[in-house]
This record gives sequence, structure tokens and C-alpha cells, in this order.
Amino acid sequence: MEILNELSANLQEGYADKTKKLTEEALAQGIPATEILEKGLIAGMNIVGGKFKKNEMYLPEVLVVARAMKFSMDVLKPHLAAARVKSRGKILLGTVKGDMHDIGKNLVGIMLQGAGFDVVDVGTDISMEKFVETVEREQPDVLGLSALLTTTMVYMKRVIEALEQRQLRGKVKVIVGGAPITQRYADEIKADGYARDASSAVDLVRSLLNSGAQQN
Amino acid sequence: MKQTFSSLALGPSELVFGRAKHPIIRNGVSIGSGSVLPEIKFTLSSISIEEATREEIRSQYSEMITDVCQRAVDLHQSQLVVEFELLPQMTVESHWGVMITELLKEVMEQFRSTEGLQSLLRVTPTDTREFKKPPLRREGRELEDVLTSFRTCANAGGDLLSIESTGGKEVTDQAIMETDVRGMLFGVGVLAAADMEFLWERICEIAHETATIPAGDTACGIANTAMVLADKHYIPKVFAAVVRAMTAVRSLIAYEAGAIGPGKDCGYENAYIKAITGFPMSMEGKSAACAHLSTVGNIAGAYTDLWSNESVQNVKLLSAMAPVVSMEQLIYDCRLFNTSLRGGKEMDLRDLLVDSDSSLDPQAFIFRPEIVQMLSATIIAGRSHYEKTLSVALATAACLDQGVKDGTLLLSQREQKWLHKIAGELADLPTEEGQFIEEEKRKWLGHVDLAQYGLPR
Ligand code: B1M
Repeated sequence: MEILNELSANLQEGYADKTKKLTEEALAQGIPATEILEKGLIAGMNIVGGKFKKNEMYLPEVLVVARAMKFSMDVLKPHLAAARVKSRGKILLGTVKGDMHDIGKNLVGIMLQGAGFDVVDVGTDISMEKFVETVEREQPDVLGLSALLTTTMVYMKRVIEALEQRQLRGKVKVIVGGAPITQRYADEIKADGYARDASSAVDLVRSLLNSGAQQN
Repeated sequence: MKQTFSSLALGPSELVFGRAKHPIIRNGVSIGSGSVLPEIKFTLSSISIEEATREEIRSQYSEMITDVCQRAVDLHQSQLVVEFELLPQMTVESHWGVMITELLKEVMEQFRSTEGLQSLLRVTPTDTREFKKPPLRREGRELEDVLTSFRTCANAGGDLLSIESTGGKEVTDQAIMETDVRGMLFGVGVLAAADMEFLWERICEIAHETATIPAGDTACGIANTAMVLADKHYIPKVFAAVVRAMTAVRSLIAYEAGAIGPGKDCGYENAYIKAITGFPMSMEGKSAACAHLSTVGNIAGAYTDLWSNESVQNVKLLSAMAPVVSMEQLIYDCRLFNTSLRGGKEMDLRDLLVDSDSSLDPQAFIFRPEIVQMLSATIIAGRSHYEKTLSVALATAACLDQGVKDGTLLLSQREQKWLHKIAGELADLPTEEGQFIEEEKRKWLGHVDLAQYGLPR
């Protein structure tokens, strides 16, 4: 559909006003909100994500696009809710206790949001109690843990154990990342996945949630 | 003791590795008086810090320090500096910092008495003030923890006191991700500058009380964050280069407050600080690739007095444990520096280090000797920290542009586009600080508690 292509193209340029206007126009034309989201906004964001992955776009440029997307989402959200459209998935992110490094985690959040996921970021220096409590409250599909220090990465294991103790482990997938983390470590602590960078984190979440859907 | 720097301490022909105008001599170790020494740093491999792991942690540090000292002896290295960079928990619970400082110093002193290996220990507490959100910079338990860590580690055997302080980070983290020039000026030229004045007055007092050396601070949290993001292609390299030069103003404040060097390794802005102050500096380059990647591997050695590996995990490599490998690499690098100094060929080696990197990346280009001189002169000409930060940013953008024009700097079209954008935004910034602060204050409300920087809310 012409207008959705135009919407995607304007979003990719980061033109917030034009993107918002086109979203409103598409709704006025009677195009379902889900279609506007999928074929206009997420299609555009996927292209931007791909360019970022290939080093063709810088982060500040991606952030401008993300902001434009947010404007459109504000318009779209009531329509998506009215149509009872389920979110693509909710992701809870945080850096573990004792660790204040957050740039990598923030980036993961930005890319996940761009891919259409709902992201709740609990911040840095997060204790296992706080993770457990927030998982109970927010009921995310995926919990993402970040750690940059060799002395804080071990805390990820404790968070996973705490989830097990509270019988929450079966309800949430856990993914891990950060400079000292490896796939081997993720396996060792029984995480569901490891991502080496923000773009791979999006792929990982997509594949975990898809396989989850198939199992259900 | 407060110091002002109104002229450059070192001219272009004096600015070289191994020689500082004001060398540091302590416990037989001499820094900046004609040779480059290795500065070795190591960290724990994956482990939690708690009572149950206490013995394991002790044994890892004991093994690391013993093995690196032994390697130094085996390779005929007679002097070295060791850095103990505390991890956050070791700062907050000061007994950990004390225990490891004592352990390291004891082994270093054993090697002094048995093998004649002379060494100094740098202690670097973590800036844990940011555990409060927004950070309490000027009051509270977090500040006390940092100052207590300095005091107790100094009393436990530390010789040199350093920190990677994080004032302004509430603003600069976001400004870096957004390539926001105004935010950077506010974060570096206003907030970080105010915090450095506050913090370094206190660190210098502790150094005086404990008869240790206030060695300096690095803009790691600002300029190295930008450098790492640029290296991952997340932000433009020209932006990281401009940020680096801006941070020299904030790092210089430690010396204005009384620090005398050797400046800490990851402060690549130390090149400018050496030219301005004449104090010896530590730097890291190619042999710190174990800690993080960079594009200044050779040129970073051009003016250094200590040559560091930044940090390495205690893991096994094919030859030996990684800290020992780092020790060996640093010693060979230093042999080359020092042989050139003895043979009067240091300027040749310096220029080779410079020329091998400078055209390939803007972050390296700004360390060419003539540019170091020019940017350092720009900094000292400024009347306030704000004016210095703005003028050095403008001068950096201009010199990068000139480098592209005369073909001495290779820059992709995409980077050139960003350079022009950044230069344009800088040119639009007000030279009057008061007006600028008022404008930025509103924007960052909620992110930062201005009272913690001594500014009215
Ligand atoms: C949920 O799923 C996922 C999936 C993927 C995920 C994920 C989660 N999280 C991350 N990923 C992945 O995707 C991201 C995007 O592609 C990637 O994230 P990264 O975070 O890896 O990448 C970022 C985009 C860019 N990279 C970074 O931002 C980290 C770079 C380095 C240089 C670094 C920085 C910048 C900083 N630091 Co820190 N720092 C270092 C880092 C060196 C290194 N080799 O990593 C490291 C990690 N630091 C270290 C240290 C020692 C420290 N740091 C400290 C402080 C800081 C700064 C504040 C100065 C700054 C952080 C700024 C910030 N807001 O985060 C201190 C501790 C602070 C604390 N309380 O936690 C301090 C203790 C230093 C001190 N003396 O105070 C070292 C760790 C040593 C160890 N034992 O582990 C270190 C390796 C540097 C070094 N070479 O010595 C992937 O890992």
C-alpha cells in the first residue's frame, strides 16, 4: 500500500511530524492499526536496524528514527488496544547488582523497542530481589540481564536461581549479555540465550518468542 | 597546593616519551627522568567478592603480583609501577581494598629486598558516588566511601592516588549517544569541571596527610566511553576526537588542585596535560588491546613516561597467565623506548609512533605534536573552564578540517559530513557561560541535581 511505503520511508529519515501525519492519514483511510504498525513502522525500523548492524547508520541517527516512531506509536496505541492486539512481547532489562555499566544495555533496549517490543528498563545495580519482584509485577516474556564486570557477571546466576525458587523461571525466558559474557557462560548458568550485541539481542528475542509460541 | 598553568611547560622538541619537566622520584623509582617504565595492571577473572571467596581472591592477587614481578626480574627490568584498580565493592567495603593493597605491597617489597626490583603502587578507588541516582557528589555515605577508600589504601601501602571520577556523567552518557555537542559542553565544561575542583581538593588533602602522591584523574567515563562507541561504529570518530580534547580541560583541574602525576593510563588527554604541566604521564596503547580496542596504539606512546596495559584478566594463555604476558609485552615496548633515549634517537622513534597512526583516524590525528601544542595553548588561553572547553572543541574541529583539506588526515565522506555538522553546532554556542548554563539547566532537569555541583537549582 502506497501510504505505508511512504510512512516507512519517512520514518527511516527520522521525519517525526511527517511520520505522525501519515500514521493519522492511514488510520483515516481505514487501514487497520496492526497493518500500519507492521507494514509501515516496523518495516521501516527493520531497515534502519539492518543499516545500523551493517555500520551504515550511526546511533544518533537511529535515535532520531526511534523518536519519530514513538510519536507515531502514541497515535497508534489506543487503536491497537481497542483492537485487542497483543504486543510482540514484553522485555524487562537491567544491569545486575554492583554494576553501573549501562550503555550496552540501553542500546539493547533501543533496538528491541525499534523492533516493536515493549521494553521495561529497571536500570543499573539491580538486586535479585528487585528483579524477582519486577518479574512478578510486570510479567515480561523475556528478562534481559547485563553485566560488564567479571565480579558482577556471577550475579546473573543468582538471579536465575532466585527466579527458580519463586517458581517464575518457567514463565520467563532469560537472556544475558555484556563484554565478559560468553555463550558458554550463558549455558553454564542455564540462561535461555546470549547475545553479543544489540542487533543479535533482537534476533535472539525474536527466535525465543517464536519458538515459545510454537510450543504453546 | 593550588597551581596555575599560564604557559606551556614543554615545547614541541621537548615533548617526548620518558622525559618530563618535573620527574617524580619515590622509593628509588624515578618517573619521567629519562626512561619509560612499565605500569602493569590486572584484575580478577570471573568471581564474586564475598567472604566465601576471600581466600580465592587473595590467592589470585598473590599469584598475579608474584608472577609479574618474577617476569620483570627475569627480563632485567629494575623498576616498575603496579596499579591496583579497585572494583566497586572493594571501594565500598574498604577492608577489601586495604587487604589487597597490603598483599600487593608486601610482595613488591619482598622483590625489592631479595631481587632489587624497585616498584611503586598506584591505588585507584572506584567512583562509587554514582550508586545513588541521581548521584550525590558532595555529601553522603557514597562520597565518604570513596574518600575512606583513598585514605585507607594510602595508609596500607599505596604510593600514587588516582581515580576515574565520573562527574557530569549523568549528562554526558546521553549526550555521547546522541552526539549532542551542547550536552557535552554542559557535562564536561560545567559539571565535570565543578566536580573535579571539589573532589581533587579533597584527594590532595588526603595525599598530604598520608604522604602519598596525588597522581591524577582520567576522563575515562566520558572520552573513553565515546572512543569505545566510535570504535564499534556507533558514533562518529570525529565526535570522539572532539570530546577527547574537551576533556583535557576537566582532567587538568586535578593538577590545578595540586596533583603532580604520573597521570593515569587511560587518560589519553594526558598528552595535552604533559605539554601544559610538564608532569610525567602514564599512557596505554597497543599493549592495552587486552582491555579495550583503540585506534591510537602507537601514537599514545609518543609522550608517555609509564607504559600501561590498562588491565588484563587473570586467565591462562598458551604461554602463561595473561598478566605475565602483559608484563612481558610492556617490558619489550619499554626497552625500545629506552634504547632510543640512550642513543639520542628518541625524536625519531617519537615521530615514527606519531606518523604510523596519525593520518588514519581523527582520534590519533589530534595527538600529532604540533596539534598537541596548539590545542594545549588554546586551553591555557581560556579564562574559565567553560571557555577553555568550548575553545578547544572549536580548535579541534578546525584542525581536523584542515587535516582533511591538506590531505594529512584520511576521513570518509560520512565522517566529514559529521565534522561539518559538529563544527557548525559548536560555532553557534554562546561564549557567555551564564546564559548557556541557564538554557541547559532546564533541559537536564530531573537528570542531574545541580546542587551537587555547587550550582543553584
Ligand atoms: C540482556 O541481553 C543483553 C544482550 C546483549 C548485551 C547486553 C545484554 N548487555 C550488553 N550487551 C551487548 O550489546 C551491547 C551493544 O552492542 C554491548 O554492550 P557493551 O557494554 O559491551 O558495549 C557498549 C556498547 C560499549 N562499551 C562500554 O560501554 C564499556 C566500555 C568500557 C571501556 C568501560 C566503560 C565505558 C566505563 N566503565 Co568500566 N568499562 C569497561 C569497558 C571495556 C570493555 N572492554 O568493555 C570495563 C568493563 N570497566 C572496567 C572497570 C574496572 C570499571 N569500569 C567502571 C566505570 C566505567 C565508566 C563509568 C567510566 C564507563 C561506563 C559508562 C556507562 N554508562 O556504562 C568502574 C566500575 C563502575 C561500576 N560501578 O560498575 C571500574 C571499576 C573502573 C574504576 N576504576 O572505577 C573493566 C572491567 C574489569 C573487570 N574486572 O571486569 C573494563 C573491562 C575496562 C578495563 N579495560 O579495565 C554488548 O556487550
